[in-house]
Amino acid sequence: MEHAWVHGGNPASVAIELIVTLLYVSVIIGYTLLGLLSSQTYRPWPMYRYLCWYAGCTCSVVVIIGPFAAAAHSDFRIHMIGHLLLGMLGPLLMVLSAPMTLLLRSLPVSLARRLSVLLRNSYISFICHPVIAALLNTGGLWLLYTTPLYTWMHEYTVVNLLVHLHIALAGYVFTISLLYVDPIAHRYSYVYRAIVAVIAAALHGMLSKHLYIHPPAGVPVGQAEAGAQWMYYGGDLVQLIIIGLFCYEWYRTTRPRQLDVKTALDV
Amino acid sequence: MTPRTGYMNIQNDLVQPRHIHSKRNLWSGVLFGVGLAAFIDETIFHQLLHWHHFYDLSTTAVGLVSDGFFHAFSWFATIASLFLFADLRRRKALWLTRWWGGVLLGAGVFQLYDGLVQHKLMRIHQIRYDVDVTPYDWTWNIIAVVMIIVGSLLVWRTRRSV
Repeated sequence: MEHAWVHGGNPASVAIELIVTLLYVSVIIGYTLLGLLSSQTYRPWPMYRYLCWYAGCTCSVVVIIGPFAAAAHSDFRIHMIGHLLLGMLGPLLMVLSAPMTLLLRSLPVSLARRLSVLLRNSYISFICHPVIAALLNTGGLWLLYTTPLYTWMHEYTVVNLLVHLHIALAGYVFTISLLYVDPIAHRYSYVYRAIVAVIAAALHGMLSKHLYIHPPAGVPVGQAEAGAQWMYYGGDLVQLIIIGLFCYEWYRTTRPRQLDVKTALDV
Repeated sequence: MTPRTGYMNIQNDLVQPRHIHSKRNLWSGVLFGVGLAAFIDETIFHQLLHWHHFYDLSTTAVGLVSDGFFHAFSWFATIASLFLFADLRRRKALWLTRWWGGVLLGAGVFQLYDGLVQHKLMRIHQIRYDVDVTPYDWTWNIIAVVMIIVGSLLVWRTRRSV
């Protein structure tokens, strides 16, 4: 099989690049318009949420198309940085931009109601369960790097696209299963989510060290070692941000009543 | 935890003597101790002195799993303990003696586990390589035991919940 994707020029890869670019531009413009329009009725949509959305979408798109994506094909280190952007940092930034909240407050009431019914359906509740989301996310990575899937990904454009799609979606679902920025149908306790987050982070760390000594097929030892360390420390960094936000949410919601009384009395 | 509704509970919240949060003081300390010990271990011995390695060839599968869990847990422990600390402060319920007892206990238990189970039993990584490791092991484990004893004493002395 030829690495058609990398060399470009063939109709399939041109079509994919075109579709992804159009998608990227439309979600950027769409989010901005929804934010600006709904700010006329409600309180202004915060600037940092716009920025998170732009940065999150950009993180994801550079991994799928363009020169970075091409380089990631032949270099495991760049592949790993791409994985961090697509599966961890990109989703985290998108979650922080609260797209569902924005959508709910922008849509007409009847449509918004239908959307929230949709979000409560059993399939979505199932994949948003912290354990299932962690399994889809970290389990998916184990599957990718310890089976021939990694080789197939470089041979077949379709597999490549599906793997990227899975990593981005699983990363997003996992992040919303831990951080409740947007409304979510079923909430789990802090302790429960904390345990799942620690186990998932541990499995991520173990996989990085596993890759250090067992490189996927066709990856030179030096690249595998550097890539594994990128995965390990880069993963730590994003997980630290998630844990910090998670604990901050706890800190905010458990504030003692006394502070509320003070605020209410404007003391 | 009692539900926070009604006037009475607001009253209770306004005055929160530290013994109400005796457990939270202890846990914040223990988690911080574990995080601190792991942080010192990783930053000083691993990153700065290069006594440890990212991976050494003697690592077994069990060792990798145990290491993975401890690494992930220690990050969480550090951050969570600091938020618990901030929470105790805003409630004016910080009990430093008990908190320090927790820190020493947490750090001591972590270090003893690291020194005995991880280094000796699982043989994951050693404190140093290419030298006689005995004096390092003894120093490491004795410090751990001392921390556990002092920590336990502090926790025991602050055990009264009135």
